[in-house]
Amino acid sequence: MSVDSSDGPLAGLRRPFEGPNTMGNTPGFWLGFAVAVAVLAALPVLFGYYAAEIGAVFLAYALLGVSLAFIWGYCGILSFGQVAFFGVAGYAFGVVAINVPTPAGATLGLLAGVAASTAFAAALGYFMFYGGVRDVYVTIMTLVVALVLYTFMGQTAGGEWAIGDARLGGFNGMSGVPDLAVGIGSTGFEVGIVAHYYVTLGALVATYLGLRALVNSQFGYAMVATREDESRTEMFGYNTTFIKFAVFTLGGAIAGLSGVLFTTQNNYIDPSVFGITAAALPVVWASVGGRTSLIGTVGAALAIQFVDYQLALSGSEWALVIIGSLLVFVVLVMPEGVAPRLRDAIVDYRSSEPTPADTPAGTEEVSD
Amino acid sequence: MAAPELLNLGFEFVEIFAFIVLATVGLAVIFGMMGIINLAHGEFILVGAYATAFAVAAGLPLAVAMAVGVVVTAIFGLVLERLIIRRLYGRLLDSMVVTWGISLVMIQLTRIAFGNTAPGVGIPFGQLPVVDGPVYYLVLAVVAVGVLAGLYALFMWTDFGVRARATMQDEETARSMGVDTDRMYMATFAIGSGLAGLAGALYAPVMTVTPEYGTSFLVESFVAVVVGGASVLVGTVLASGFLGAVNAAVTNLAGTFMGQVAMLVAAIVAIRLLPDGITGLLEDLRERGGESE
Repeated sequence: MSVDSSDGPLAGLRRPFEGPNTMGNTPGFWLGFAVAVAVLAALPVLFGYYAAEIGAVFLAYALLGVSLAFIWGYCGILSFGQVAFFGVAGYAFGVVAINVPTPAGATLGLLAGVAASTAFAAALGYFMFYGGVRDVYVTIMTLVVALVLYTFMGQTAGGEWAIGDARLGGFNGMSGVPDLAVGIGSTGFEVGIVAHYYVTLGALVATYLGLRALVNSQFGYAMVATREDESRTEMFGYNTTFIKFAVFTLGGAIAGLSGVLFTTQNNYIDPSVFGITAAALPVVWASVGGRTSLIGTVGAALAIQFVDYQLALSGSEWALVIIGSLLVFVVLVMPEGVAPRLRDAIVDYRSSEPTPADTPAGTEEVSD
Repeated sequence: MAAPELLNLGFEFVEIFAFIVLATVGLAVIFGMMGIINLAHGEFILVGAYATAFAVAAGLPLAVAMAVGVVVTAIFGLVLERLIIRRLYGRLLDSMVVTWGISLVMIQLTRIAFGNTAPGVGIPFGQLPVVDGPVYYLVLAVVAVGVLAGLYALFMWTDFGVRARATMQDEETARSMGVDTDRMYMATFAIGSGLAGLAGALYAPVMTVTPEYGTSFLVESFVAVVVGGASVLVGTVLASGFLGAVNAAVTNLAGTFMGQVAMLVAAIVAIRLLPDGITGLLEDLRERGGESE
């Protein structure tokens, strides 16, 4: 609410992260956010090593979901191939880190992975947006790219498909990928399981805050304007082609970072990350959580993957049926997703209580 | 190039062309007519294949079993349209997301209900004498051409076709002229589903039917629809011809896998150059020709 954003001792600190393009511009939200981060940070302490191992994968998925919510929710580019960047970065990390088996190699691998996914997204984005490819065609092209990678990586089982010491391994995947590590030369330290969890959590929180700042900046307004009405935005002098290209590339970079964190956690990657089921997941998280809500997507990714994991543990085959039905249900019943619906409910509830006189201002300020 | 090689290349082209046409045509009808991208298209094909396989296992002759496959898929599509799809007209991206969800559910439900394979269906008609391949592939090509001709006749010569095209071009006007557009959409979706079922039924003898069966049609069909553009028949024919030629030529030179990669690269280049597909290009040419006259 507009009254809240000016008071409180931390108002100045919050200001860059608040604006019309994000929900949760209240002290209450930030308090909840701090509590949520604290709870996530406490999980390895409370539940130990095993929770850190599983939790890091969920957090890496949430980061992947955020990368899609950013480009889809804020710029209107629906990419069904977000996993392509995720997987390319994972494989690139594996190839570099296996060939340079020192801590410096792993650090190099992290850079190489993110660089590879960024370059790949930039090339694809350049091709599509500067070629005038639009709407569904973008969506289909990104999906096709992911499926082509799936087919391609699947047939790399032979011994000739090796880059240095790293064997791509076809559907058996690339195993023996080293842990994440920080180092120069042969000195440095490896990031263990629990540390890896904190690295992933840190990356997620930093990305979330960074994107919040970005979407509430001048560039963010231009992104949203491009989503709403591209030709009008262009008429106002914005280079919408460049905006879409830049957003898509940044989305690819973030997906790549999540791919590296995923691969180093499992020490393994295989072509199924490019498969149709994997490709569907980011779309499910963003749709269910609310694609215009970064925090909603994070919440949906964590919740859905947790349920999926529990179902898999209990030997149930119904996880995909439930996830698919959930997707259909949410899009039909609340097309904006759960988080924006929740936000509206809270705003309605609050504004109905004290002063019914200036209710419209409240809703206007927090909606996008 | 020696004569047998040329013959082989020709056979290869016919085989791939038929595959792309049959995989695409159902999707193209639904996309071109209704502006709905059905990402569950592969799973509609799956329904046709399973229905055919089980009908054969139940002792029906192959041709009858295939008819069963088509009918079952058309009815399935009709039910889905009434329950879900009709809420999504005009919501293009949402329609993709929802049909993707449907696709996930269907693949997994198939796996739960029927396990990892369907009963096998034998290839009829035996081998060709000259080139290396079964006679059945030529039958598929004939059916593909027949389907295209049938659709042309349906949309150009019948009363239904006139109403359907009117709905596609201008829904508002069509409705004010007394066309029941809601029913047009319903019928079109059923036809598209039936055609998907036909692809599944026809390829049940040559490809192992598993829950992922539909996925093997997915890439070709989406690529062909995108390359073809919004005009259903012309787009499908030209895109299938173009992609089939590239695929067959490279397959002959460097193997099946490279053929597929070459086709996809060609498709991406084509989309880069022609964002509205081949029919978009034709439209442009026609407009330019019209101006100069």
